[in-house]
Amino acid sequence: MSEKTILQVDNVSLELGGKRILNHLSMDIWTGHVHAIVGVNGAGKSTLASTIMGLNGYRHFEGDILFEGQSIKNMNVAERARLGITLAWQEPARYEGLTVEKFILAGAGNACSHTVERALQTLGLDPGKYAQRAVDRTLSGGERKRVELASIVAMRPRLVIMDEPDSGIDVDALNRIFDTLKILRDHGSTVILITHSMTVLKQADHAFLLCCGNVLDKGGIDKIEGFFGRKCQGCDHQNKPDQEELNGE
Amino acid sequence: MENNKLIRQMYDSLGEGHGHEPGVAHVEIHGNKVLGLHLVDGLEIIAEEKEEGIDATIRVKAGIKIEKPVKICFGLIPETGVQRINIKTHIEKNASIGIVASCTFPFAKEILHTMDAEIRLDEGAEYTYIERHVHGPEGGVTVIPRAKVILGKGARFRTDFELIKGRVGEIDIEYDAECHARSILEMSARISGRGTDKIRINEMANLLGEDAVAVLTTNIAVRDSAHARIENTIIASAAGTRGHVDCKEIIQGNATAQAIPIVDVRHAKAHVTHEAAIGSVDSKQLETLMARGLNEDDATDLIIEGLLRPQY
Ligand SMILES: Nc1ncnc2c1ncn2[C@@H]1O[C@H](COP(=O)(O)OP(=O)(O)OP(=O)(O)O)[C@@H](O)[C@H]1O
Ligand SMILES: [Mg+2]
Repeated sequence: MSEKTILQVDNVSLELGGKRILNHLSMDIWTGHVHAIVGVNGAGKSTLASTIMGLNGYRHFEGDILFEGQSIKNMNVAERARLGITLAWQEPARYEGLTVEKFILAGAGNACSHTVERALQTLGLDPGKYAQRAVDRTLSGGERKRVELASIVAMRPRLVIMDEPDSGIDVDALNRIFDTLKILRDHGSTVILITHSMTVLKQADHAFLLCCGNVLDKGGIDKIEGFFGRKCQGCDHQNKPDQEELNGE
Repeated sequence: MENNKLIRQMYDSLGEGHGHEPGVAHVEIHGNKVLGLHLVDGLEIIAEEKEEGIDATIRVKAGIKIEKPVKICFGLIPETGVQRINIKTHIEKNASIGIVASCTFPFAKEILHTMDAEIRLDEGAEYTYIERHVHGPEGGVTVIPRAKVILGKGARFRTDFELIKGRVGEIDIEYDAECHARSILEMSARISGRGTDKIRINEMANLLGEDAVAVLTTNIAVRDSAHARIENTIIASAAGTRGHVDCKEIIQGNATAQAIPIVDVRHAKAHVTHEAAIGSVDSKQLETLMARGLNEDDATDLIIEGLLRPQY
């Protein structure tokens, strides 16, 4: 396989509150591909996202994370972002008074208001209605998620981690998220897509199945979907999956 | 001639042109001199020059709605001086007006500006008072506004205080409102302090009449060794009264801040809430912007800019 690896998570272990949340986790992320990460609640998906982004509290871990072969372990969030890594939060922050336009422009380098318009339109948000609104409590949960994704589109990242972009999103907006994925793909962005939705999972090229902070399985979408659907939901093995079940598939 | 030059200097310092749209009432007061006074139908403003300032009355007659916001420009162009303003405002029954008051002291080194206001809104009256300040680059000014507001039945009063340019120096605001049945009071202030600035805000809403509503909002950012003390009170003593006291203060460096929301509820059918948050910038807000490539300082500035953004 001659795919180029953009991000390599190498044997990462991380503890939070005295509990091991990521456990010798390794994965290779290929340039230009869309990778899904699935796993039950509490599997460690958001923790992995925070660790790759280098958020406060997720900087001390064993193992290493390499971006294009270079360790980013000692870089802060902004430094990683400047390499082109970004994160769309599962529950995005809200800002009193900061307009949607300014929020989107903040990450978009020398972009202009035209960039903002296009990004909002991609997510199905009318720029006339939304650009001057504040990214505050007055936006609904779904609107806030879409503004978050619009800011990602405007940023044109090299690698984006989207943490459950579909949660709290209606069917119509879901199609906009698919458009977003397509645009990111066209820009050559690499995507890590964390999701619980089988519909969203199908948009990916490959998937990783996480369980208790480790990669339980990886590969084609059908294979992961099948296993996740049949075995994970309702499973009480919690990272000690029955080898027979795993092998038996 | 001299007057026109001062008027121009005052508007220049505000970053505004000096032309006025037709139909806009405007008043210019420099120190104790009334330099300009242009009224519109239904609006009465009388200003009397005193030794260190002026005594003024503003009256909007019953039922009159002043369409376009009235501009009042107070100020002192010299580096030192005193300006004392006493204003009695009376908005009669079902009348409405908006005033944008600009207070400009662009070269201030040692200026004292006091404002004593008595504001009376009769039944169903509406009044929006927006106060914008321009101070010297080093502050150099002590601003002491005092207001006693009476809101009649169903009246609505909104006030908004904002420093748009220069440094605070010292600001000491005390507003006191008496709110009768079904009236609505909204008072907000957004101020950023640095250096040795001092900010003190003391707002009080006394909800006396049934279903009266008050919202007191203060957003402050202080850095260096600036200090802010916000003490906002809502007293609710009638059925159906509702209120909210909201205070956000972001502090950086050696700055200090206090927030003392007082909620005094004297009726079982009243409902008053408060929220006070003091500290550094929220880490999730910060990290989101950093994850888009902003450094920590720029991200912090953007968050504070939003917090201080005018609402009206
Ligand atoms: N600061 C912390 N201290 C202790 N435990 C934590 C902390 N943060 C997260 N955890 C635990 O780590 C585990 C993984 O959490 P994480 O948020 O990564 O899960 P997730 O896979 O994203 O789940 P979900 O699908 O619900 O979003 C959970 O059991 C959670 O309770
Ligand atoms: Mg999660």
